[in-house]
Amino acid sequence: MKVLVVGLNHKTASVEIRERLAFNGPKLEEGIHVLSTIPEVKEIAVLSTCNRVELYACVSSVPSASDHILNFLAGFHGLGRQDFEKSLYLLDADSAVRHVFRVASSLDSMVVGEPQILGQIKDTFDFALGKKTTGVLLNKLMKKAISTAKRVRTETKIAENAVSISFAAVELARKIFTDLPGKSFMLLGAGEMAELAARHLVNNGVTHVTVVNRTYERGCELAREFSGNPVRFEDFLSELVHTDIIICSTGAPTYVLLREQMQKVMKERKNRPVFIIDISVPRNIDPEINKIDNVYLYDVDDLQEVVDTNIHGRKKEAEKAEKIIDEEVEKFIRWMTSLNSVPTIVALRQRAEEIKAEELEKFRKRFPDLDEDKLKAVAYLAASITNKLIHPPTVALKEDSEDRDELIAMIKKLYGLNGDDEEY
Amino acid sequence: MEVILFEIALTFYFASAIVCVLELFKSTRTSSIIMFSLAAAGFAFHTANIIARYVISGHIPITNLHEASSFFSWCIVLIFFFIEYRYRLGLLGSFIMPVVFVLMLSSSMLPRKIEPLSPVLRSYWLGIHTVLAFVGDAAFAMAFVMGIMYLIQEHYLKSKHLGGLFERLPSLQILDEINYKLITLGFPLLTLAIITGALWAESAWGTYWRWDAKEVWSLITWFIYALVLHVRLIAGWRGKRAAILSIIGFGVVLFTFFGVSLIMKSVHSF
Repeated sequence: MKVLVVGLNHKTASVEIRERLAFNGPKLEEGIHVLSTIPEVKEIAVLSTCNRVELYACVSSVPSASDHILNFLAGFHGLGRQDFEKSLYLLDADSAVRHVFRVASSLDSMVVGEPQILGQIKDTFDFALGKKTTGVLLNKLMKKAISTAKRVRTETKIAENAVSISFAAVELARKIFTDLPGKSFMLLGAGEMAELAARHLVNNGVTHVTVVNRTYERGCELAREFSGNPVRFEDFLSELVHTDIIICSTGAPTYVLLREQMQKVMKERKNRPVFIIDISVPRNIDPEINKIDNVYLYDVDDLQEVVDTNIHGRKKEAEKAEKIIDEEVEKFIRWMTSLNSVPTIVALRQRAEEIKAEELEKFRKRFPDLDEDKLKAVAYLAASITNKLIHPPTVALKEDSEDRDELIAMIKKLYGLNGDDEEY
Repeated sequence: MEVILFEIALTFYFASAIVCVLELFKSTRTSSIIMFSLAAAGFAFHTANIIARYVISGHIPITNLHEASSFFSWCIVLIFFFIEYRYRLGLLGSFIMPVVFVLMLSSSMLPRKIEPLSPVLRSYWLGIHTVLAFVGDAAFAMAFVMGIMYLIQEHYLKSKHLGGLFERLPSLQILDEINYKLITLGFPLLTLAIITGALWAESAWGTYWRWDAKEVWSLITWFIYALVLHVRLIAGWRGKRAAILSIIGFGVVLFTFFGVSLIMKSVHSF
């Protein structure tokens, strides 16, 4: 059994591809169901967020399983394999485990340290658990991913990074507007980071909140959360005239706000300053807008740079986090390989029991006159001899050693255990 | 006596300016208290010097370039204290006090002798006209400094390199707001100074307006600041453009003040 990760994220794939491969709502249930029917796939869980789509699987053979999974992705989403194949990463063994741990610990996030990915990982596995598509391996992987993420959070300051990006946004707003109370704020789109920054602004006293979302219902939901007003996406331009601070994160593949549009807005606003934070990847706000007088546009990289100049220790924290990940990956791999010897131990015991039963039967046939008590005594003797004999190899198999794979092969050969890989 | 007062004031301003420049690099609570105390001491002696000259000459001591620069500095320090009291901008002193010191230093190098005032100028208009003009000019000077600070801060925010003074410079909004308030203070004062000047000219020479170089340049200054206010109110020219305009405006003020006095012939002795 091997761990396999098939996925793409904001670094490897454009938003168009991410969107087309996403498993939203009912698609997730259907997708997981279809995936679990692939014979090579023993366990499966699917993570689908706005920045990544990842399949966590436990497979009997990596090459054929990945081939099937890729075909499934193409068929399920109505794409050609060549459309997305080069954006995909296929990871197995320890690199797969490492990837899952890094994702959960938010080291692979667009904004390193953002807190919501861990919740999304939990949801992913809970959902798969509910659908009974996970087993020993993925369950353990999930548990370990979560505990590793918690270790990273408590033992390093990496989580502070996301907070400091929101904090930097508030600080910048203060250098433009002096005071946030009395200022109006628009959340354009949604998303982990945007909502965190929005919450920071609201906590710092921004008074008037507007929430714009392509799905009006989602907009209403968020508006309730921030006690603001929902506005339909079509109307957001006219609303901009009354908006001082904008956080944008729509996941649209193109610019939703162009320079000419913003120029018109500024004229109507009589040039009152506007602070725009564009967290979207790819960017949703035309970068040229920063050249308009009294408009200050910061994208996520700009904010990261602001934070980096303040926090010199960030690199050190990241190194510390990677070290924790290394440790946890090693532990997990050790556990996983210990699983490998389980089938051999079981087979060995079975083989011994078979021999014992066979020989006892022969013995009974040769000495049919023996009474029950004597037969029992002989059976007892046979049992203790077989147990004594298989005890040392069993212990050796259970022991954690580097040459365990060799040992497994050797024992299989010595006892004539055929490589039947139907495991535990 | 008044000379010693002036020198003491100059020395205090100098010390304060030094602390101000050092504050650009590192500012603590103590350093700003020291800076303000030195500036306040300088201001006290400066005020005493002006009063002494008033007592000696019997009229408002704004009759030559030495006195003019000195009084101009005095007005700037006064407005500086006022803004600092009202807004607590912190870094403002670092921009203001060196300028005050340079103004005072140039004043100290100009002839200081108290000359008897020609009878034609001996009028209550002297005090009203000059004080209005100088407080107005000082307001424009402060607006100029606000403009400079605005442009620096704006540059940090636009270029996204938030090093140097970014942390300690005030917000753009407050700089723009103070800039605007100072111009709305300076503009009516300049207007009144021009009107009182005309009335004084009429009572002294029998004519309101003689197209004297100083008069012409004051009028140009007036038009520039009228334009600054107009485009701000009508076209919403705020922020960067307003800052640039207030810098240009003060350039013209300086020319009217020093340039005209030194280059052109005028009935104004400064």
